[in-house]
Amino acid sequence: MTAPALIALEGISKRFVKPLDLAAKIAQKLGSSVREEVVHAVDQVFLEVAEGEVVGLVGESGCGKSTLGRIVAGILEPSDGRMTYRGDDVTALEPTEAKAVALKIQMIFQDPFASLNPRMRVRDIVGEAPLVHGIVERGEIEDYLDDVLRRCGLDPNFKRRYPHQFSGGQRQRIGIARALAVKPEFIVCDEAVAALDVSIQAQVLNLFMRLREDLNLTYLFISHDLGVVEHISDRIYIMYLGRVVETAPTEELFDAPNHPYTQALLREVPRLDVRHSIFKPVSGEIPSPLDPPSGCHFHPRCPHATERCRREIPALKEIASGRFSACHLNDET
Amino acid sequence: MTRGPVTLRVDGLRTHFLTKVGVVKAVDDVSFQVGRGEVLGLVGESGSGKSVTGFSVLGLVDPPGRIVGGRILFWGHDLVALPEAEWRDLRGSKIAMIFQDPMMTLNPVLRIDTQMIEAVLAHDKVGRETARQRARDALGQVGISSPDERLRAYPHQFSGGMRQRVAIAIALLNRPDLIIADEPTTALDVTIQAQILYEVQKLCRETGTALIWITHDLSVVAGLADRICVMYAGRIVEEGGIDAVLDTPLHPYTKGLIGSVPSRNRRGVPLSQIPGMTPSLLNLPEGCAFRERCPRADEACHAMPEMTVPSVDRQVRCFHPHDEAIG
Repeated sequence: MTAPALIALEGISKRFVKPLDLAAKIAQKLGSSVREEVVHAVDQVFLEVAEGEVVGLVGESGCGKSTLGRIVAGILEPSDGRMTYRGDDVTALEPTEAKAVALKIQMIFQDPFASLNPRMRVRDIVGEAPLVHGIVERGEIEDYLDDVLRRCGLDPNFKRRYPHQFSGGQRQRIGIARALAVKPEFIVCDEAVAALDVSIQAQVLNLFMRLREDLNLTYLFISHDLGVVEHISDRIYIMYLGRVVETAPTEELFDAPNHPYTQALLREVPRLDVRHSIFKPVSGEIPSPLDPPSGCHFHPRCPHATERCRREIPALKEIASGRFSACHLNDET
Repeated sequence: MTRGPVTLRVDGLRTHFLTKVGVVKAVDDVSFQVGRGEVLGLVGESGSGKSVTGFSVLGLVDPPGRIVGGRILFWGHDLVALPEAEWRDLRGSKIAMIFQDPMMTLNPVLRIDTQMIEAVLAHDKVGRETARQRARDALGQVGISSPDERLRAYPHQFSGGMRQRVAIAIALLNRPDLIIADEPTTALDVTIQAQILYEVQKLCRETGTALIWITHDLSVVAGLADRICVMYAGRIVEEGGIDAVLDTPLHPYTKGLIGSVPSRNRRGVPLSQIPGMTPSLLNLPEGCAFRERCPRADEACHAMPEMTVPSVDRQVRCFHPHDEAIG
């Protein structure tokens, strides 16, 4: 990475704690072994995104990728760790500056049906934030909206309509327009194309690419779909049960995955050019984040697991320039 | 290509929904066949009629939907005119279905063994113990370890992937000749999806069960299926062997669909998208339904193209297919 990081996460963790209710508290006082349930959704994650870069964040359900995305977007507070934006610690900023930073980071959600208020017209959904934040004057809002909508491939004449009058792909475009309306620099896309049909998904992916060039945007692109991430990202982070297990530039990652989990994941992505395949799956389930395995989280499913993997958490180490992997196997050679 | 005896032949099937605002031709003149041990991929986007096709074969179309034409030949017997009682005998025994959401198959308040034994006893006059044994075997077959313990569990005690395995096990209970799987892995994670695909593939090989795999995901079908039907707006637009269709698509829609899938070699290059969106089935354009999104459309496309056979084992419904591809 030559460019300075736009966003950097340093040792970010997020724990969700289910507090004990009254009965459980009493039971605990009386010597019962009831404990608070703690989910380590995100565990000590370091992540950097340079300006103009598209970073993919990949993982299966429950791996904490969405939680991480929400922390970056400022929707959730991290339990531990530091997040910097252009070098400034976001949590230590003055309120006005923090607000300015929050505006620069916007999020696009997975479900285009749930993320738009059904009782607001498109012009209010998209236009409310820029007005409130004083990005445009009230007199210029109409022209501004037309411009934003057109940029997202929507007909400005649809401004007075409600979300239910649009198809899934169009709604996702409204979501994108809403994010863009406040002139962000950084966009977190959380499974932003997962709910769309293939042909519509291609349209929206192309829109993302075009907007990136036109507006010099930076993306954190969260997805479980490796094909999509591979297509759009410059660099990829792979997560498993709250931890980053590997990160590398896209091509290198796909050419030579290092971590056994990444290898398994890549092997199992269905591809158009792989026909009549004989499926040889990794065994086992994704463990519950309530009760993750000791040591390396992947060891119960890993074909190369050793005694050390059961005991010791592997650190994310640089294995080549720009490539990091968290696996004990890398120490042996 | 050698093909086994034909398990199911669907011939000119039409399933229409007679709604207040008009007739929705969800399935219109659909024909295909699937043989013993064969895997047929039925691919299309939402609203293309792929699921309704599956439901029609099982006789599960509810009013206002109705099969208004065509034949569904299962081992040569037409199912369309079958009385409900006989259709009931077939369903779950000779023809089984796996749904996208396994909770559609499973009753949340009954234990797995209750549900599985019930499914066996509904079709076979065997004792409870034999039925339990069969349930246990079926769970083993789909790769569930310690089936005895699992039989006593409730559906909520299983993870999504495990539930789908149980649903598949239930489909297998009566050793069906045909399984219709409607997006069974769409809701699952990649590693879990691979496990399910592995089990399904093994079963078709070992038992000769014919499989219709309904999905929107071309990549899954690429690895699994022997043949593929591509549906658009209620009709099959292209049909053929999996390699032939994916390597040299003839229909502009198939070509567009393949171009829309992000793939290795074109990283960062814009995807070749299909313009516009899927038309409403209530308001289809006259002639070819794909006409308005098609780069090759002209005057001729205002009429409905018929299925043509451009080469052996291939069918396409288009006036201007990409036939330069096959020379």
